[in-house]
Amino acid sequence: MTLARRIIPCLDVDNGRVVKGVEFEGLRDMGDPAELGARYNREGADELIVLDISASFQGRATFLETIRRVAEQLNIPLTAGGGIRTMVEGRAVLLAGADKVTVNTAAVRRPELISELSQQFGAQAVVLSLDVKRKNGSWEAYIRGGREATGRDAADWAAEAVQRGAGEILLTSIDRDGTRSGFDCEVTAKIAATVPVPVIASGGASTFDDFLSVFTLGGADAALAASIFHLETHSIAALKKFLASHGVPVRQTGLDKTPVHSATENR
Amino acid sequence: MKVAVVDYGAGNLPSVERALRGLGADIERITQPGQVAQARAIVLPGVGHFGAFVRGLRDRKLAEPLRVARDSGVPIFGICLGLQAMFASSEEAPEALGLGFFPEMVTALPTHVKSPHIGWNQVRRIRDSRLLRGVPEDAYFYFAHSFAAPACAAATVAACDHGISFAAVIEHENLFGAQFHPEKSGETGSLVLRNFVESLS
Repeated sequence: MTLARRIIPCLDVDNGRVVKGVEFEGLRDMGDPAELGARYNREGADELIVLDISASFQGRATFLETIRRVAEQLNIPLTAGGGIRTMVEGRAVLLAGADKVTVNTAAVRRPELISELSQQFGAQAVVLSLDVKRKNGSWEAYIRGGREATGRDAADWAAEAVQRGAGEILLTSIDRDGTRSGFDCEVTAKIAATVPVPVIASGGASTFDDFLSVFTLGGADAALAASIFHLETHSIAALKKFLASHGVPVRQTGLDKTPVHSATENR
Repeated sequence: MKVAVVDYGAGNLPSVERALRGLGADIERITQPGQVAQARAIVLPGVGHFGAFVRGLRDRKLAEPLRVARDSGVPIFGICLGLQAMFASSEEAPEALGLGFFPEMVTALPTHVKSPHIGWNQVRRIRDSRLLRGVPEDAYFYFAHSFAAPACAAATVAACDHGISFAAVIEHENLFGAQFHPEKSGETGSLVLRNFVESLS
């Protein structure tokens, strides 16, 4: 009996559509969030993360509706966030159907936001989104979608956030994000060893071996990827089969093997 | 079959309700003592803090009608914190009283493992279980919690290990509980909810 390592597809949502950032090009439309969510739910994703990257007020206003539409499609957990500034906004995200809310910029500026959300909804509902960049052999935390350095050491900030009540860390390597050069196992291992809560590794996923490394070398509890799943470069089932064959405990959707009707026939 | 879902003011109820509706149950969201008294089957979902949860039940005057429902044989299914609330007390809020359906105390997961225990885990069958009927032995369930009832509780039918052994599924007469979230546990979880709904007819 072991806690399975999780595979988590991520939907970046702009103005109600899933998008992918393409360097120097802007955003490319990847589809409808509810449709993609339903597909990942069916294909054996362990959880789904939906992040609002809308810059416009209008886009932000549609995000709660997106959460509602996605949540309706799922029987797995849903994490949502992106630009959450206040307790009221965090609460709205959870009431719209998310099980967990991510916070980043606002939490750096006012760390009490983490404590407040955690006290009301429980640590298991509060995820610190931690964007990091390598700097002189260490890592610095960034805010505002990776545009602004905080001057804070990533591990120090992670430890404070957990102490304030964050129940999970979504760790994104800005250096690796979008590069397809593999997860940053070093920073993942560093943060995973620092905090007593699960760490979701993000940024750089490309091959099956990248996932294997981030679980074995990085000590990640979960691994997130976006475009390789959206573009159907890899299927979640094939990835999990590969990980299982290398000794990583994963949840392979058991009832796919045992249809529900035959499982209930012998009642 | 009509299932009453207790609304204590802070939980993510839509996912539980959607899952039950998908199995053909009629859902009534209840907030009043009188509604508890009329319910033929009750689901008690819960997330968050033990103290806030049991205070919420008390403030809405739902604790006593829930006890009456228990005594009169109405099936009650506690999910996550809802399971924990069926016990006498919790380390999370030592001053707060649980519903006391079971005498044990809910305790914190140990510090040598990652807590909250978040993710998909398997369970170990201890006794024959109505909720787990037809569920494969190696099935995974989605957990998200920092506290748990002890595996040695008399009502435990399946246990899970995360630093310690704790009660993953409890069953005793008309009382049911799952520490995991069946509504978030894919097809496996759906089968657990189906077993509950079908036990009502």
